[in-house]
Amino acid sequence: MEHFFSLLVRSIFVDNMIFAFFLGMCSYLAVSKNVKTAMGLGIAVIFVLVVTLPVNYLLQTKVLGADGILGMDLSFLSFILFIAVIAGIVQLVEMAVERFSPSLYASLGIFLPLIAVNCAIMGGSLFMQQRINLAPSDPKYIGSVMDAISYALGSGIGWLLAIVGLAAIREKMAYSDVPKPLRGLGITFIVVGLMAIAFMCFSGLNI
Amino acid sequence: MGQLFSAKNKDVLASPIGINNPVTVQVLGICSALAVTAKLEPAVVMGLSVTIITAFSNVVISLIRKTIPNRIRIIVQLVVVAALVTIVSELLKAFAYDVSVQLSVYIGLIITNCILMGRLEAFAMSNGPWESCLDGIGNGLGYAKILVLVAFFRELLGSGSLFGFNILNYDALKEMGYMNNGLMLMPPMALIIVACLIWYQRAKHKELQED
Repeated sequence: MEHFFSLLVRSIFVDNMIFAFFLGMCSYLAVSKNVKTAMGLGIAVIFVLVVTLPVNYLLQTKVLGADGILGMDLSFLSFILFIAVIAGIVQLVEMAVERFSPSLYASLGIFLPLIAVNCAIMGGSLFMQQRINLAPSDPKYIGSVMDAISYALGSGIGWLLAIVGLAAIREKMAYSDVPKPLRGLGITFIVVGLMAIAFMCFSGLNI
Repeated sequence: MGQLFSAKNKDVLASPIGINNPVTVQVLGICSALAVTAKLEPAVVMGLSVTIITAFSNVVISLIRKTIPNRIRIIVQLVVVAALVTIVSELLKAFAYDVSVQLSVYIGLIITNCILMGRLEAFAMSNGPWESCLDGIGNGLGYAKILVLVAFFRELLGSGSLFGFNILNYDALKEMGYMNNGLMLMPPMALIIVACLIWYQRAKHKELQED
């Protein structure tokens, strides 16, 4: 249980998807113009991460790994299988949400298909693949489905925090006088850079 | 042969390298552009890998574009790209192991690089193989250009070297008070250097400015 919370907090603050690894930057920059849509995308990312990571964890350890059911090391196939699982699950999630919660579907609708090609989801799976091979004493080690879920939840919440923060700053920035060539994309990059410097103070955190 | 390099095709190749750059203008493929640029060598390898993968996947998708059902085209595109990325990743592991360790997950993340999906959707699905190949090479090189520029400044100012060769680490300079800026090697500075490149480009080309 202790490891569960340590993984969760580490992946929110220390190994933040945006500020430490720049994953999911494309949609991060494109959809951060107002807080409400940013919130919607953030929740969709958490949702898809929490569903796909445990599946990919089982795929990696039980099927592709050297001691899996096939008895040989097939991890070079992981790119194709991970992306197929992600695209398939996004499609399923989209259908399920549409069927059972039309109001959630209306607010997430446009973002769900985009998430299949969000680097944060694929990045989560690839980082998890690396972490499985770490020593069990390492704070980043992922050794069970529970660990995979906690890592997914933490990364998703970190991503949500980052995008909502940026959206709030950009809403306020509409009132400031930015030099012409920097308007729009340029100043957004600088803001993200400054936010990343702020998040660097968590990097010494030891849990 | 003249037809292969007509004015239109030359434009398809050259415009993404200059005025219509995928990173600074179309805002595609930023994730890896920022993460692999602390040193020049991985940046160059990454730029070349993306160029090769974009060119080949554009050609493949352009060849089969009439047979892909519209509803499942994203999955078809992803599978083609993932297969190419797997090949490149295995080749790197075999011939340039050190670089592939430095690039770690970012090679795998080329699959979800928006440049690939963006060019496949916007260009290869509606153009012939040769134009698509040129478009892929052009966009890949435009991406590589930004990577190399960012990595040049980060490695020079952060570690005082280029491609690992010593440029600024001399005792005489240190005595005059020069120091390497360690912050340059941290992730945040990549963002700020890209912002400066965008600033420079938009100050030069007024039509790119947003209000």
